[in-house]
Amino acid sequence: MIDIDGVSYRIGGQQILRDVSLRIAPGGVVALIGPNGAGKSTLLSLIARLQALQSGRISVNGLPVGQVADDALARVLAILPQDLTVTSRLTVRDLVGFGRYPYHKGRPTAQDDALVADALRSFDLEDIAGRVLETLSGGQRQRAFVAMAYAQDTAYLLLDEPLNNLDIAASRALMTRLQMLAAEKGRTVIIVLHDINYAAAYADRIIALKEGQVIADGPPRQIITDGLLQDVFETGAKVFRVDDRPVVLV
Amino acid sequence: MHGRIAALGCILFAACAAYLSIGARGDWEFVLAFRAQKLGGLLLVAVAMSWATLIFQTITNNRILTPSIMGFDALYLLLLSAMVWGLGAQSYRALPAQGLMAANVVLLCGAALVLFGALLRSGRDDLMRMVLTGVVLSVLFRSITAYLQRMIDPNEYAVIQAASFARFSAVAVDLLLLSALLTLLACAAIWQIRHRLDVLALGPVLSTSLGEDPTRGQWRVLILVAILVSVSTALVGPVTFFGLLVTSLTYQVMNTPRHALLLPAAALMGGIILVGGQTVMERLLGLATPLSVVVEFLGGLVFLMLLLRRQR
Amino acid sequence: MRIGLGLLVLGCMALVSLLIGVIDLTQTNRSDVWPLIRDSRFPRTVATLLTGAALAIAGQIMQTIARNRFVEPMTAGTGQGAALGILLSVALVPGAPLGLQMGLASATALCSSLGFFALIRRLPPTQPLLVPLVGLIYGGVIGAAVTYAAYQTDMLQFIEIWMNGEFSGTLRGRYELLWLAGLAALLSYLVADQFSILGLGEQVSLNLGLRYRQVVLLGLIMISIVSGLTVVTVGMIPFVGLVVPNLISRLAGDNLRRALPLTAIAGAGLVLAADILGRLVIYPFEMPVGTVIGIVGALMFLWLLYGSTRLAR
Repeated sequence: MIDIDGVSYRIGGQQILRDVSLRIAPGGVVALIGPNGAGKSTLLSLIARLQALQSGRISVNGLPVGQVADDALARVLAILPQDLTVTSRLTVRDLVGFGRYPYHKGRPTAQDDALVADALRSFDLEDIAGRVLETLSGGQRQRAFVAMAYAQDTAYLLLDEPLNNLDIAASRALMTRLQMLAAEKGRTVIIVLHDINYAAAYADRIIALKEGQVIADGPPRQIITDGLLQDVFETGAKVFRVDDRPVVLV
Repeated sequence: MHGRIAALGCILFAACAAYLSIGARGDWEFVLAFRAQKLGGLLLVAVAMSWATLIFQTITNNRILTPSIMGFDALYLLLLSAMVWGLGAQSYRALPAQGLMAANVVLLCGAALVLFGALLRSGRDDLMRMVLTGVVLSVLFRSITAYLQRMIDPNEYAVIQAASFARFSAVAVDLLLLSALLTLLACAAIWQIRHRLDVLALGPVLSTSLGEDPTRGQWRVLILVAILVSVSTALVGPVTFFGLLVTSLTYQVMNTPRHALLLPAAALMGGIILVGGQTVMERLLGLATPLSVVVEFLGGLVFLMLLLRRQR
Repeated sequence: MRIGLGLLVLGCMALVSLLIGVIDLTQTNRSDVWPLIRDSRFPRTVATLLTGAALAIAGQIMQTIARNRFVEPMTAGTGQGAALGILLSVALVPGAPLGLQMGLASATALCSSLGFFALIRRLPPTQPLLVPLVGLIYGGVIGAAVTYAAYQTDMLQFIEIWMNGEFSGTLRGRYELLWLAGLAALLSYLVADQFSILGLGEQVSLNLGLRYRQVVLLGLIMISIVSGLTVVTVGMIPFVGLVVPNLISRLAGDNLRRALPLTAIAGAGLVLAADILGRLVIYPFEMPVGTVIGIVGALMFLWLLYGSTRLAR
């Protein structure tokens, strides 16, 4: 359970988050949506302790963020960066291997190696395990990073707009995998998404933010409506129902 | 990979042997002892600068920035000149060189944390501005150093030279013991965190995710860098592009992200460049030009190439 | 109005400069005062003014051609190229007359400038700070080559003088070449409008009927002559050509016909002030003007980097 209690945040003179309180129960894919500047990425980075809390509290599975040791949190939370460039020349196997670092601190055991192999297998990376990341396509690279987060064996997986540089095939593949991680492996995926249609299609729960506050919170069927698009995004796009799934006509 | 390190080790061994023996005239024992001291100094400089540059590039997640380019060694000399000017030339000459060096190392650690820590924190998004700031800071520090040295002794032309170029042929042997101790301590500390460095190299987001706080890691590394740069500058003077040259070649030769392999390789590479280069220039070619000028020239070219290549 | 004020301030500073020196004017005999002023004080003051004005204008022209606010000849390899030329002329033709030194220095300075512009052509306009960075390192590489040549020809002492500018050796009969620099700067003023259009880019210039390449070449030649002359006569003085045009641009905009006279006055004033400071701070010894401006100029460069929201063009 992720408990967010009264979190506010300013950058410079601007109030980015205003007294946000949420509870994210384990299980399922949770999508954070909202217009630019709504505070979605900031909220995610506060949960992930990429930025320090200014006011309010966040706790992940009972561990208070900002007060507990970093590696304790690393076994519970994994974050994927938006920017997938890495300076050093890493192979896929190297990268996925790093996912076990919070447990072995540089001295991998046989068990760690087995878990890495399992991750490579689960994500169809065995064929390209020895290739350097830079030579891979965007979709393959994204898959390798998710495999690393999977190997990290955490209850929660946080992603900030991972679809930005992916084409439709890679985007669908990634979202399907994340859904699978949540459904079959019991992980909780919290993902900031720009494209509402992906949120509507793959998320179990959608949280809509606007100007630093939670405007709507619930399953896609309930949340994605004409009214919401007008309130949150201030645009008059229409929502249709296709196969019992809300689809926004952009 | 281990084979390549072994190969580098052999080349270095050959270079050291050549340095000690080529062109030696007269009393062998004396010559050997004399040269061995200078060799020790050169090896210390090689290890210190190569490791300092490597870990600095790790925490800044880039391969064009080095502590020397940022002005670390120019700052060391500035602090030294400021100390001399503050104490007065007479009292300066009365104090032991080792004490001055130790005091200066502490000063540089403090200055490095304040100045470069702030720069790194604010500058992460604009790498070019950070690099340019570093270069301008180097010029600023060197100018202030020249100013102070003129204030100390208005007649001395030669003092300015010492501040601008390193001298690999004239190692400050009285500082060898202290330098060796500091280098050993710093290198041991770096070796201990070699796995942490691997994670820090992944960038701030991933290293946070894996449980390594990049800010705390940064502090630690800056202090270690300051200590190692102090050692190198105290022994031979400022060496702006040496570190860059060593790390660029090391990354080329060693195709691995692991510091457990990169660190030894870098030290060996640095030794080969310094000892081998010095042997070639001093003994074989008998050139009047010091090695440092050639290193600055080549290193500068490498830097330009790296800058321009990024733009593709 | 501003020009008048500037000239007045400059005049006062020049007067002060004439009075400062190792020899106390109030203590000397009547008959010795005039020769002292004629042979040492006056040439020094004039040399300082001319150098400052010419360097500032050369910097302005270079920034216009490069379309980047953070370049100037002494920190983009031109100065070091000039030093290489002097070294070559003295090494190949010992006892070479000043004119030959200057000629060769200008020629090598021109080559360095062409090299620099060839390098920065390939840089993307989205990274304006890359240009001054490349310039500084490029200058450093050429500087290393100059040092190498100096070591080989045993002329290390001399290059120290060229690499760090100072006016202490300025005497009547040794500084007159600088009038040429002043002349070159004046000529630039006459074609200021053409340079302004140049600053708008190649395509706009061609569109407006400007002979782009010829004007660029003219500008580079002028920069090289100024660099060659100043390095031969007084040595390298960095940053003047960089910070002065930036400051004037904030006050008076980028219309060169309006800005150049102010740039010249401000440049002259800056270098003269630095020289006066250098003469006073460890009186009766002197701090070279290159060192003083190295500090002041670097600080101002940092201020320009961080204090402004608008970076390069």
